[in-house]
Amino acid sequence: MIGTGISVNSTTARRRHPLARVAVVALALGLLGGGYALAAPNGSTADAAIASGKADDADQGKSLFVAHCASCHGMNAEGSSKAPTLIGVGAAAVDFQVSSGRMPMTDSGPQALRKPRPEWATEEAISQLAAYVQSLGGGPTIPGAEQVDPAKGDPARGGELFRANCIQCHNFTGSGGALTYGKHAPTLNPATPTEIYEAMITGPQAMPVFNDTTITPEQKRDMIAYITHVRQQVDPGGSGLMRIGPVTEGLVAWIAGIGLLALAAIWITAKRRRVKA
Amino acid sequence: MNAPPKAIAGTSTFLDDRLGAGSFLKRNLRKIFPDHWSFLLGEIALYSFIILLLTGTFLTFWFKPSMGHTTYLGSYAPLYGVEMSEAYASSLHISFDVRGGLLIRQMHHWAALLFVAGMMVHMLRVFFTGAYRKPRELNWLIGVLLLSLALVEGLTGYSLPDDLLSGAGLRITQGVAISVPVVGTYLSFFLFGGEYPGHDVVSRFYSLHILLIPGILLALISAHMILMWVQKHTQMPGKGRTESNVVGAPFYPAFMAKAGAFFLFTFGVIALLGTFAQINPIWLYGPYTPADISAGSQPDFYMGFLEGSLRIMPAWEFNLFGYTFPMSVLIPALVPLGIVMTGLALYPFLEQWVTGDRREHHICDRPRNNPHRTAIGMAGMTFYGVLWLLGANDEISATFHVSLYSTTIFGRFAIFIGPAIAYVVAYRICIGLQRKDAEVLSHGVESGVIKRMPDGQYIEVHTPAAEDIAAHIRGGKKEIPIIDGGVDGEEVPPKGLRSGLGRLRAKMSKAYGTDHVPFHEEEEEHAAVGAGEHKQLH
Repeated sequence: MIGTGISVNSTTARRRHPLARVAVVALALGLLGGGYALAAPNGSTADAAIASGKADDADQGKSLFVAHCASCHGMNAEGSSKAPTLIGVGAAAVDFQVSSGRMPMTDSGPQALRKPRPEWATEEAISQLAAYVQSLGGGPTIPGAEQVDPAKGDPARGGELFRANCIQCHNFTGSGGALTYGKHAPTLNPATPTEIYEAMITGPQAMPVFNDTTITPEQKRDMIAYITHVRQQVDPGGSGLMRIGPVTEGLVAWIAGIGLLALAAIWITAKRRRVKA
Repeated sequence: MNAPPKAIAGTSTFLDDRLGAGSFLKRNLRKIFPDHWSFLLGEIALYSFIILLLTGTFLTFWFKPSMGHTTYLGSYAPLYGVEMSEAYASSLHISFDVRGGLLIRQMHHWAALLFVAGMMVHMLRVFFTGAYRKPRELNWLIGVLLLSLALVEGLTGYSLPDDLLSGAGLRITQGVAISVPVVGTYLSFFLFGGEYPGHDVVSRFYSLHILLIPGILLALISAHMILMWVQKHTQMPGKGRTESNVVGAPFYPAFMAKAGAFFLFTFGVIALLGTFAQINPIWLYGPYTPADISAGSQPDFYMGFLEGSLRIMPAWEFNLFGYTFPMSVLIPALVPLGIVMTGLALYPFLEQWVTGDRREHHICDRPRNNPHRTAIGMAGMTFYGVLWLLGANDEISATFHVSLYSTTIFGRFAIFIGPAIAYVVAYRICIGLQRKDAEVLSHGVESGVIKRMPDGQYIEVHTPAAEDIAAHIRGGKKEIPIIDGGVDGEEVPPKGLRSGLGRLRAKMSKAYGTDHVPFHEEEEEHAAVGAGEHKQLH
């Protein structure tokens, strides 16, 4: 305290101030709370919901979970022999799987397929369910609208990343392709930008995870820009023939090309010269 | 009054005196061509080739056969600023920034598919009608050569734009080259001018694609046509058609008009496809990088059978004397191609060896009347077809939700069992159709008139087959010669048939030539035939 201009005695006196204890407790609580808020993994939707007084979201989500998911994933999302645990998969995984209709799974094929959502799975219900699963053990969160906005990405750069990382399963144009054991990489055409982003960070089913250190969020947005740009593109050369390459081209060449020309040949030779009797 | 003007008469006399043009034209313009729709199938290939030459020339005006690096600054936005080769950039330039470029590029590619497809259907027609027989064996060989060259022409062609898909094909080509035992590495380095992909392959393929191979194709096509002209076209069996005449229309004016119309049809279909069906959208594939590969990477259809054989091949390889022998690449690349092409080339000579048939043939066989040949052809088509189908196994798997491995396992069995089944089924169908023919000749055709006989029995009145149909059936049936090997185990076989191979030859000859359904028109009498003359019912 030497040289600070504050006497030892006055410090001691403040320490004994009637409000000192309150101040210390308040400081400690503040530090603890702030420290937790900083240290907690992923400032999550569930926490945000609790903080903003929508603590019911997670509760609502739990009841939805019990009604629609628990029969396979377990009452506490601990998983079962039929389905994996959902602790730590994050809100993004829930949003991807349920909004694309893949979950709840109705038939047990090699993989869950995109299908129309059940009636209960409204936007609100999905966010409640996501909040509940997020509250269980954190995990990747749902990206914001800004993060997936195709208009903000660079399609050319995204195209290069797309060709390097995606097309070996999803095809040049995201038309999808076959995988082993009856699985397949689905077409990317019906996927929303948010779903594409979520798929990259959660790695659903046979897909690997492309986390933010592998592909940065900006690069993901570039890829989304490329995918959406190409799928909206009107094929300049006529019908795109499913955009799967030479297989359909060959079919068209044989069926339409050779077919039409064989018909023409039949027609031409059907006109015979009449020999005068 | 009728004398031609001096300007015309003078010129034609000048040409006549020096070139013999008059007599040449007189002789050739009246050449008779037989009429059958299947005789025009080869012309699909011929006219596609002409369109390929024209559209290809257009493309060379802008295409840069260089693997030099450049940055794309053209009008296709999703590739703007992307690093690529000049070949790819100029292909994009043709597609997006040259007026009519995309249309011509697409027509060139569709014409290429129809060129090969046209050759294939033409070849099948020639095979199944036995039109390759003496004296046309050489023309058949030219045809097989044309087909092989067309495959190489196609491969070099679709490798030129240097897009990601063409690179995948090139990579497999390199894989095949390098898999050749002992000299593989040298071959690969020779082809690519060093380590794959190098900087030379596009310009080398360009020279092959626009100069060497089209030149040979043009020469061979001319030879093919001249031989056809000189040897005269085969004709379908029918009324008044013999081995020593040709029934049909004269080249000028009838056949020329038909051929001209068919050229326009071919042009029309190719233009239609080029306009309404997108082919090889290189801008979607992106520039080639050896590190990238896409799902659904298939070659053009005519290379599909090689792709399929590669896909169903188990991963066999062994090491010997420090060399690796990658059977998993070598066998699928060389064996099916060898079987198909060598089989095609040798078939006329094998058939001659088996039947001992040295006669000239100018009347087409009906496929049913040579059941073993038809069955062999169908087995070959099945062999090819299974491989072709399996070349697309991932698209089949993804589209129809079949397990990918199941398609592979199916292919591994089907490639052996399929041709055998096809052989038996085709053979039986041929025999069945022959029986039908025999029945038409001996029993006549159903007239739809029901007649009640005095004893109360109802029969359907059969009328004799129409004259032209009967002539077609009778004329199409020619016995296939059999080498006389003597009665098995009783007589001494003639010289040359005593060895194991000779005995096999005699046996095969007997099987190949035996007619199981001979016609017995005279012997068999049917109550109903002829009864049709009294058709009026009482």
